[in-house]
Amino acid sequence: MAAFKLRRSLLYVPGNMPSMLQNIPIFNCDSVIIDLEDAVPLAEKDAARHLVKRFLLNYTDRNKELLVRINPLDSKWGYEDLKVVLPAMPDGIRLPKADTPEIVERLDTLLTEFEEELEVEIGRFGILPSLESALGVINAVGIANSSERIFALAFGAEDYTASMEIERSRGGEELFNARTRVLWAAKAKGIQAVDTIFADVSDMEGLRAETELAKRLGYTGKCLVNPRQIEVVHDVFAPKEYEVEYALQVIEAIKRARQLGTGVIALGGKMVDAPVVKRAARVLRTAYAHGMVDTLIDEEEIHGAQ
Amino acid sequence: MALNSLGREIPDSYAGKRLVPYRDAWSLRPEGAVAARPVKRVNPGEGKRLSSLREAIEASGLADGMTIATHHSLRNGDFLLNRIVAEIAAMGLKGVWIASSSVHPVHAEIIPHIKSGVIAGFQCGVNGLIGELASRGELSCPIVVRTHGGRARSIIEGSVKIDVAFIAAPCCDEYGNMNGYYGPSACGSLGYAQIDASYASCVVAVTDNLVPFPAIPVGIPQTLVDYVVVVDRLGDPAKIVSTTTRVTTDPVGLQIASYASQVIEASGLLQDGFSFQTGSGGISLAVAEKVRNAMRKGFIKGSFGCGGITGYFVEMLEEGLFSALMDVQCFDQEAVRSIGVNRAHQEISADMYANPFNAGSVVNRLDCVILGATEVDTAFNVNVNTESNGYLLHNTGGHSDTAAGAKLSIIVAPSIRGRLPIVRDRVTTITTPGDTIGVVVTERGIAVNDKHAELKEELIRRKLPVKDIADLQREICRVTGTPRPLEFADEVVAVIEYRDGSIIDVVRRVKE
Repeated sequence: MAAFKLRRSLLYVPGNMPSMLQNIPIFNCDSVIIDLEDAVPLAEKDAARHLVKRFLLNYTDRNKELLVRINPLDSKWGYEDLKVVLPAMPDGIRLPKADTPEIVERLDTLLTEFEEELEVEIGRFGILPSLESALGVINAVGIANSSERIFALAFGAEDYTASMEIERSRGGEELFNARTRVLWAAKAKGIQAVDTIFADVSDMEGLRAETELAKRLGYTGKCLVNPRQIEVVHDVFAPKEYEVEYALQVIEAIKRARQLGTGVIALGGKMVDAPVVKRAARVLRTAYAHGMVDTLIDEEEIHGAQ
Repeated sequence: MALNSLGREIPDSYAGKRLVPYRDAWSLRPEGAVAARPVKRVNPGEGKRLSSLREAIEASGLADGMTIATHHSLRNGDFLLNRIVAEIAAMGLKGVWIASSSVHPVHAEIIPHIKSGVIAGFQCGVNGLIGELASRGELSCPIVVRTHGGRARSIIEGSVKIDVAFIAAPCCDEYGNMNGYYGPSACGSLGYAQIDASYASCVVAVTDNLVPFPAIPVGIPQTLVDYVVVVDRLGDPAKIVSTTTRVTTDPVGLQIASYASQVIEASGLLQDGFSFQTGSGGISLAVAEKVRNAMRKGFIKGSFGCGGITGYFVEMLEEGLFSALMDVQCFDQEAVRSIGVNRAHQEISADMYANPFNAGSVVNRLDCVILGATEVDTAFNVNVNTESNGYLLHNTGGHSDTAAGAKLSIIVAPSIRGRLPIVRDRVTTITTPGDTIGVVVTERGIAVNDKHAELKEELIRRKLPVKDIADLQREICRVTGTPRPLEFADEVVAVIEYRDGSIIDVVRRVKE
């Protein structure tokens, strides 16, 4: 099992704005997606990727995950984006318009080639594919399985609604099927699912409602367009006090069970077994990131010594 | 020339007065009695109304070399100081000193009268062009910058003697009772003018709103007032107490505010009885909003909000989060409205607010204050007087007073301002000594003064980005580079008086 990485908040930062890039270290989002695609005008594509490269090279005390959204691979900029930015060691690539497994496989192959050339570990660069069209949503399962580099699937509602020839509403009912399908594909593969952006930065109530919906469905994080949105999103994804309390009890209970030589035990009249422990462990990892518990739970406590 | 304890070179004397170099924030003790003024008698039937400012100036006996004062509660909307100085000039007086509670950019009109010798100097700090011109050597007049509490002290102990105080009185009767609550020039609290009224040799009330006797509530009483003059307007209502008091929407500012509020929560001070002061800036208000939410969530009932009062604090009072507001100055119209109707919104004098030399001021009772800075140095010293260009541009206000008084003083400032790092090896000018600063909060990290070791540990435990202030400086300078130091001439253009009257720093002419 790969190391657990919390990804509640993935903040977009335009790749052509030095003033915003230099503030990346200060915001407490879990990941940043530096954008070379939609945020960057055609005339600045070239300058932006070099600016991003310089920024990444200078940003040595990395305190969050750094992803770069490149231009689509079938555009004339996509390959050049990779060539310039990868030597500066981002953590991964956000791939826009990941409509088919073949597109992701192509990126996977390119990344492997760059890794060989840069003499870094194969698989170092992750992939976060954007499912943002009807075709992408339909292909979600295939895409999730197209590369071992994929750590999460991201749903992009703005392009999706455009491809559906519909308007995006505040309640988001029109997104329900697509959201769910992307989620199933991610869960089936055992990876994270990241919800779409909420564009109105002054509507914190709307953001909260949409994030709560996404969390309830099973999404593990959300993309953001403004740092002001981080607090609301973290607040929604923060475990509730009683959840943390219960999770701690579950871990205690399972430790007792192990001492008794069993993997099942009752807690408050309810059965505690592997799935319950797994859920408790997830709650406690998130609680740790929120500073609600002091120590990170170790794998041995969850799975028992071999 | 002597070095003070912070390593600043202090001349032996300035504008004819011997200077005491700053040693520390606490040990200087006052001697003697409070200043005296003439005993007076006004018999039944005698009136106080005079027909013009000119008549009042003549009646007051103002002469060459004397000192006048006004208050700055009308802020940048004030007409009075300019009109008085113009009148004094027309009368042919020379060498008059100004000891107002502050001077604002609107008072740049005075500059020709400084050049012509009508005005000799300032027994107070200045905001804006006057200080800039002095810093550039284009204006020659001594400036003694004082804190709000330090000004009250200097007047009460008699080191500054006000000969004539002209008090803009938004609501006044013909016998001199006045308040600031009502009328077209309402400014709320008259906290600064209370000192002038009590200690000036002659007191002239100037009003644009004469009401039938008695003007109530009585803020400043008739017993202190010699003359009353009615003018058409005291100021421009659009600029009186017109601070924009809005919470910032800038993500960097909000990040700073978020850290600052978490520092307050971690400090353990946020419990029943909590007392708090912030300024009116966007970041300060963002901190206030977060503190307010934390108080609501924790059902915390605070004691008092203090200082320059904003509508934001008024809302907290009305919501029951504070039981009182201690108001030396109103920052916006909402505060003015409140002080006129709410008994729990208490007007206090600058003496009661912040004077270090009395039997205890309100700042001594503060738990926490949020303050700004133009620069901070690695010894936590703070500059609010000069900018990075070396110009004297801002008055001190209550900065050093509240920093010294509060249990926890928190500086909030963006790490980079105009491409320059906020943390320096040495601040250009020391306004407030590092010994009285608890925490410096920037968006890139939180630096905690060693004297708050427990708080530092708690912040680390809460996973907040606590950094050594020198590391913070290095981190910022990696983005900005290290600025070339400014060059100054020897000539002293202003002295920065600490609240106890010792000299914490001087401002020298900038070499250009």
